[in-house]
Amino acid sequence: MKVHHPTTLDEALAAVEAGAVPLAGGTDLMVEVNFGHIRPDHVVGLRRIGELSSWEDRRIGAMVTWRTVETKGPKAYAEAARTVGSPQIRNAGTIGGNLGTASPAGDGHPFLAAVDAGVELVSRRGRRVLAWSDFFTGVKRTARQPEELITAVVLPERLPMRHAFGKVGVRNAMVIATVCAVVTRDEDGATTAAFGSVAPTPIRAPRAEEMISAEPKPTESALAEFQRLVSEEVQPITDHRSTEAYRRHAAGVLARRLLERCLR
Amino acid sequence: MTLLVTRRSGVTDGVGESPLRPDGIPKLKGEFTYAQDLTAEGMLWGATTRSPHPHARILSVDISPALAIGGVHAVLTSADVPGRPTFGLEHPDQPVLASDVVRFWGEPVAVVAAEDEDTARRAAAAVQVEYETLTPLTDPEEADRIDSVFRRMRVRRGDPKISGPVVVEGFYEVGMQDQAPLGTEAGLAVPDGHGGVDLYATSQFVHVDQEQIVASLGLRSDQVRSHPSGIGGAFGAREDVNLHIHLCLLALHTGQPVKMVYHRSESFTGHVHRHPARMWYRHHADREGRLLRVEARIILDGGAYASTTAAVLANACYFAVGPYRCDSVSVDGAGTRTNNPPCGAMRGFGAVQSCFAYETQMDRLAAALGMNPLDLRRRNALHTGDPMPTTGQLIETPLPTVEVIDSLAAIPLPDPSDDDPLPGGSGLTTEPRHVVRGVGYAVGIKNLGFSEGFDDYAQARVRMTPRGLVVETAAVEVGQGLVTVLAQIARSAFGVSTAEVRNVDTSRIDSAGSTSASRQTQVSGGATHAAATRLRDRILEHFDADDLDDEGVRSGDRIIATWDEVTATVWEETVTFRHPPTSPPDPDGQGVVHADFAVAAHRAVVDVDPELGLVRVVRVDTAQDVGKALNPESVRGQIEGGIVQGVGLAVMEELILDEGVIRNPNFTDYLLPTILDAPEVEALLVEQDGSWGPFGAKGVGEPPTISSTAAIAAAIRAATGKPINRVPVRPQDIAL
Amino acid sequence: MIITFELNGAPASARVMAPVSLLDVLRDQLGLPGSKNVCEQGECGSCSVILDDEVVCSCLVMAGDIEGSTVVTVEGLGEGLNPVQEALHRAGAVQCGFCTPGIVVTATDLFTKRPRPDDDEIKEALAGNICRCTGYGAIVRALRGLAEVER
Ligand SMILES: Cc1cc2nc3c(=O)[nH]c(=O)nc-3n(C[C@H](O)[C@H](O)[C@H](O)COP(=O)(O)OP(=O)(O)OC[C@H]3O[C@@H](n4cnc5c(N)ncnc54)[C@H](O)[C@@H]3O)c2cc1C
Ligand code: FES
Ligand code: FES
Repeated sequence: MKVHHPTTLDEALAAVEAGAVPLAGGTDLMVEVNFGHIRPDHVVGLRRIGELSSWEDRRIGAMVTWRTVETKGPKAYAEAARTVGSPQIRNAGTIGGNLGTASPAGDGHPFLAAVDAGVELVSRRGRRVLAWSDFFTGVKRTARQPEELITAVVLPERLPMRHAFGKVGVRNAMVIATVCAVVTRDEDGATTAAFGSVAPTPIRAPRAEEMISAEPKPTESALAEFQRLVSEEVQPITDHRSTEAYRRHAAGVLARRLLERCLR
Repeated sequence: MTLLVTRRSGVTDGVGESPLRPDGIPKLKGEFTYAQDLTAEGMLWGATTRSPHPHARILSVDISPALAIGGVHAVLTSADVPGRPTFGLEHPDQPVLASDVVRFWGEPVAVVAAEDEDTARRAAAAVQVEYETLTPLTDPEEADRIDSVFRRMRVRRGDPKISGPVVVEGFYEVGMQDQAPLGTEAGLAVPDGHGGVDLYATSQFVHVDQEQIVASLGLRSDQVRSHPSGIGGAFGAREDVNLHIHLCLLALHTGQPVKMVYHRSESFTGHVHRHPARMWYRHHADREGRLLRVEARIILDGGAYASTTAAVLANACYFAVGPYRCDSVSVDGAGTRTNNPPCGAMRGFGAVQSCFAYETQMDRLAAALGMNPLDLRRRNALHTGDPMPTTGQLIETPLPTVEVIDSLAAIPLPDPSDDDPLPGGSGLTTEPRHVVRGVGYAVGIKNLGFSEGFDDYAQARVRMTPRGLVVETAAVEVGQGLVTVLAQIARSAFGVSTAEVRNVDTSRIDSAGSTSASRQTQVSGGATHAAATRLRDRILEHFDADDLDDEGVRSGDRIIATWDEVTATVWEETVTFRHPPTSPPDPDGQGVVHADFAVAAHRAVVDVDPELGLVRVVRVDTAQDVGKALNPESVRGQIEGGIVQGVGLAVMEELILDEGVIRNPNFTDYLLPTILDAPEVEALLVEQDGSWGPFGAKGVGEPPTISSTAAIAAAIRAATGKPINRVPVRPQDIAL
Repeated sequence: MIITFELNGAPASARVMAPVSLLDVLRDQLGLPGSKNVCEQGECGSCSVILDDEVVCSCLVMAGDIEGSTVVTVEGLGEGLNPVQEALHRAGAVQCGFCTPGIVVTATDLFTKRPRPDDDEIKEALAGNICRCTGYGAIVRALRGLAEVER
């Protein structure tokens, strides 16, 4: 068993290249270990690398915790952060770890998808920023190469004027999303709607977005149509947490309510 | 209404007060020793190989790959069980280790002991078992049809031809709830070097564990000692044997102490669950709302092995009508045998399931009659002196059904406030305009103590020492506060202020029975009360004294002997207490089958977001028949804890099965209520004289879970107009 | 590998041969069984410890990664009962007690950082600590009472 404790990104990248598994807050990784699914014997802890925890303007370091996003993130991102697990989980869990896991239910993802954020990846060979849609490739699968580290989330130069997050779950706290969503609305009416837990990756609802973006002052019937299109566009499954029918329904209702919140 | 327990003057921390728990400080400091925390010199770790199939034939078991792992000391299979190959609480039908067939997902097939936990688990995984999978029987209705049952119940009372002008019918379902005590199954077995063994393990009933261990180990009774141990909650999950025999086998086989602790996912397969239920009901009433006839058919799925299914089913059927008068009743019940996980005791023990059905029926009847639901219940309320609607047994102890309903109705109902948390919680799904409030009521009844002729007794020993009274018992403290209340009973019955409860093992005292059925305060409390009273009388007589207090025995104002002088000789009293006898039912389910009853009423207030199907339980108020509250603070703790378990069953807790396989055996997906899900609770304790428990106490542990679920379901129904004929209520049941 | 860190105010070290959790090391190696193992997946808070001034679930902390860190467990909260423990004790907030060490650690951290929390803050802080016995009523009463005293 070898655990590196680097203080610089370069040292960490060297360890990753040598096969060490990156460890951020451990809130996903250690569950896998405790349940016997993985047993890494070469690990690199990222906690001590200052530049990964920094937050400069629209570049949010991968080691920023949900606790920090909750207190200083953009509104919808902060709202999402507040629903991640419990205080203990938010104190440890990071945005980079959330992306590293790439769970379909990751609560951080809809915001990134809704604002068209990028994910910064760095290896010893270089740095690249992938659009969120290129980063997520499947259930718990990403375009990250084994020798790369996720170093930051890169927000667009300007965020839409209004944005709101919501998450449907059976419990009032500490719950995996049955559906989670972010809707954004800009001054010119441009609307985006992004969802978690309704497809293998976070997704947008382009038809619903297009339809509602064209409505400067959405009427009751336009809102209903937006809701209907969202329900149609999402691709949920039935599992032990919920049913396809409910997830479709809830995604539509949630999207409509979030849009209403943005319009107010 | 509230008559406080008469306190004995001069005694502090006696009955009627709420002294602090004696184990509180060590628990708060992390110093209390639970079964999980035990260690011994040279200790090995045990682990279990479990079936990945709900039903399969075992073709072969190859233990050599496990034995080949360094540090492994033993790998045992069914061939290594020297005595009775099976165990079971009521009927020994469950293999200690499966030999030819596995009948549920997670059934133990082999156990290993190794030098550390990790090695033990790897060795358990290395045992090669070849299976031929068989089709699992997982539908309880199918099991009923093909007569795969542990017990059928038939209750017939009164004229079956009666029917009423007002009839309501319904079908109801209850999902599989888990006790989910925070402490998982754990234990340490220590060989005594002479062929015997001492076991320190999680348990609710050490004597019945000991009997089963003795039988399967093929030892003499005196060779196995089962010790009460530190327990992290129970709620029924610890009545059955799970790792107990395995640990003793491994310890005797290796000659070394062996410890085992189940992981959470293993715990979900390692103990029994609350029976899922399917229930068909028809109520007949006259136009004034009097119940004329109740017909019910109840299927509880017992899963693969018997456990306590027979008794749980009986309870569901005996309480199928609820605390209501009715002179024409027919109930048919089946406790089915399937390849689902075994079910057994959980807080409420069958009464929870039927309560959900009969209380929904009562609401529907009230609606059909245009009556207020509480008036309908008052009109039919069962009183002391009435026959039980099902068994015909005359109710001889106080049964304040009307009083609990009236007390509950008198608790003010706060208006909605802007501060009320919204459904959806931190998910920010819901605004006040999306919320509908609903209020629902339910009343429940349950027996106290064991029934149907079971010889239900408890032994306790009370000794006076220079430092005060010592109560010895094998009754298990699972968190409910028995260690506090037995000391209170001893102080008040004897007349001094210092008393301490000590748990002793099975070799040093006779059984205290199970810490279940809400019985220990009444039964072990009864034994403690009798022993303390007798000891007091003997001491007074011996010293020709007329009183005693904290200083010594007195004659008038004068101390005639201090406690140091008195305890120069041993003064102790051992008493075995039995509650009033019960008998098995006749073929129609008639007879004096119960020793005592308790009722409780609940009023739930819920805020529902009907469009998303999200529920926030705002408050659950209750009035409960407690006989006499010996420790009001701990009664309140039982009530609040029981209600939150009722909230769990109402809106979130369910083991999801897929062809016999549990899909959510973990705390990520088996959701327990958090502090943000817990409702406000106001509890009124309704006290009455006349129960046979010490100082008139009744058991209080189970009633809070019985009708709270039904009340919450009723409130959701009131808010949404949806039928809500199944708990837990899922978002899709409301929204779609 | 050997890791060294500060545990309950004193230097400590542990030998870590596998990707085990801090919880396992505390319980099995360092003789501190106060932190409880209940779910091993961060869902119950019974294993809560204060790591570098933040409450976390020790079941999700990889022991090999705490080199140089500061850890406070329930055993490290000092002699006697602290005000949080005292309040919980008096309110009858302990039943089986299995959740209690985690609740004590979490609530102690809350009161250290925010001596007069309101009800919402109390509940929010304890949202990750499951108690199966008490229904939380006595826990809330205890901490509410303590916050009032602090006011
Ligand atoms: C009880 C509980 C509740 C939870 N609730 C939620 C919830 O409500 N919503 C939600 O979205 N999530 C939830 N999670 C999941 C988890 O907390 C989050 O996904 C969190 O953001 C993970 O971050 P971490 O720092 O702990 O990641 P880790 O566990 O440290 O890492 C996760 C994965 O990412 C990899 N990784 C980490 N950092 C990097 C990096 N910089 N570069 C490359 N790879 C990296 C790791 O190797 C690992 O595979 C919950 C988890 C628990 C235990
Ligand atoms: S054991 Fe760590 S949170 Fe449950
Ligand atoms: S007191 Fe038992 S879990 Fe909290």
